[in-house]
Amino acid sequence: MALTPEDVRTIGWLARLKLTEEERRNLARQLGQILEHFEHLQQLDTESAVPTSHPLPLTNVFREDVALPSVPQEEVLANAPEHDDRNFIVPRIVE
Amino acid sequence: MELFELTAHELGDLIRKRQIDARELTESVLERLEAVEDRVRAYLTLTPELAREMAKASSESESPLAGIPVAVKDNFCTKGILTTCASKILHNFVPIYDATVVTRAKEAKLPFVGKTNMDEFAMGSSTENSGFRPTSNPWDLGRVPGGSSGGTAAAVAAGEAILGFGSDTGGSIRQPASFCGVVGLKPTYGRVSRYGLVAFASSLDQIGPITKDVTDCALLLNLISGHDRLDSTSADLPVPDFTQALNPSLDGLTIGVPAEFLGLGTEEEVKQSIGAAIKVLESAGAVCEETSLPHVEYALPCYYLIAPAEASSNLARYDGVKYGYRSPNAKNEVLDMYQTTRREGFGAEVKRRIMLGTYALSAGYYDAYYLKALKVRTLIKQDFDIAFQRFDALICPTSPTTAFRIGEKTDDPLQMYLSDVCTIPVNLAGIPAISIPCGFDRKGLPIGLQIMGKPFDESTLLRAAYGFEQRTDYHLRRPTL
Repeated sequence: MALTPEDVRTIGWLARLKLTEEERRNLARQLGQILEHFEHLQQLDTESAVPTSHPLPLTNVFREDVALPSVPQEEVLANAPEHDDRNFIVPRIVE
Repeated sequence: MELFELTAHELGDLIRKRQIDARELTESVLERLEAVEDRVRAYLTLTPELAREMAKASSESESPLAGIPVAVKDNFCTKGILTTCASKILHNFVPIYDATVVTRAKEAKLPFVGKTNMDEFAMGSSTENSGFRPTSNPWDLGRVPGGSSGGTAAAVAAGEAILGFGSDTGGSIRQPASFCGVVGLKPTYGRVSRYGLVAFASSLDQIGPITKDVTDCALLLNLISGHDRLDSTSADLPVPDFTQALNPSLDGLTIGVPAEFLGLGTEEEVKQSIGAAIKVLESAGAVCEETSLPHVEYALPCYYLIAPAEASSNLARYDGVKYGYRSPNAKNEVLDMYQTTRREGFGAEVKRRIMLGTYALSAGYYDAYYLKALKVRTLIKQDFDIAFQRFDALICPTSPTTAFRIGEKTDDPLQMYLSDVCTIPVNLAGIPAISIPCGFDRKGLPIGLQIMGKPFDESTLLRAAYGFEQRTDYHLRRPTL
């Protein structure tokens, strides 16, 4: 499975990773090699196999609808790169 | 013998008989650390004052591990103590809560020595992917300690802690335990709460102990096992006293030896050591027989689609808004800030896996890669189910090779991935497995034996491991530093 640096740019955009041209070239080569190595997976017949997304047979886990203590706002904000008394501050989002 | 060389159960006995004081023990470990840490570099953050304080308070606890110094991997949230996951993107992150396992260790009064080095976000097999510095293997400082819990394994092997916590997504407890000549156990998925463990691949991650012998492993597993309302994937099942399983006789135990694992690029000396281990297990009363896990050869690609897919989703939260690094080099525009922060904050392997996972989940490729991998995961799990109808446990090498040289595999991601080829199937199936020392190669490097068991049957693993350990002395050797 060959990947072009252009494919890598698209995947990078989806992953919110801005990549340099050199990174795009390297990743195109490395991801291509990795996917090629994984090609033999496609030969395996999985027609009758149900997908396993989780190792335990858990469905919904419920608890009583009771409020429990939560973390104070100032502690939640303490690790933010930029914040005021009540908000996380981010750069401009809309024009 | 110095105190730092002993096991937790030996030290616990000495403390209870009042032959030593927990404070002396913590000082012994801290002195050892002072003497060797500049060569081993097992830790990212040291907490000696906290360790001393906890040692002083240890007489208040009834736990058999009270006062025994512990090393904690740096992807466990520790309230008020830096938790970086060895990533630049979390270089300044100070959690506001403790992981459940950390809370339990605090309640039992295990002095915290510090937070250990790891591959960034637990992605790697050598600890060389740390965003800060590599760790050395105490048996040969030019070699890797394995990974991703390489810092914890090296700390325990070097006497810089008596016990350690690691996390295991594809082998990250067992492979470094094998490389460093110590015991490492990945419990059944759901046996131990993951609350407060920084997520890598949520359907595969599990916390477990790294210790000097099997008895210590059972004691530490007792401490951390059980349901937690803060982790809805933790299993609400009774937890046995795992030390009750430590019986030197293996009479009646049936052990399968899957042929596939010995073909996966396994070194000759590793194969010989596993052959010798089979004889030891038989001499203890076990019946060993060759068996087959036909789909295990597909485990590596299956894992390297599922784990990166889950990681690409879990790591979306690092965006420079709520915590951690924010790039000062971005335009004053939010999308550019996200993308620049993530480019500068993540290391090469993490980016590679985010990209691989994003690709496997993207429109047009989801069915061919991600969904295909989930179906193959079912086939692998079924192989184990069938094998466990006949056998109580399965054995194989923990890793195909012993510890490799620092730098040897950093340019070749695929070669690095192959180091986990024997451990990965276990995470996909969600079953428990332990690595114990079972020999040394001609270079003097430790070899690990992996024992795999049925879901929630850690007791049988520990029994088999203990039966082996009681007839060998590999676990008694310590590296010269």
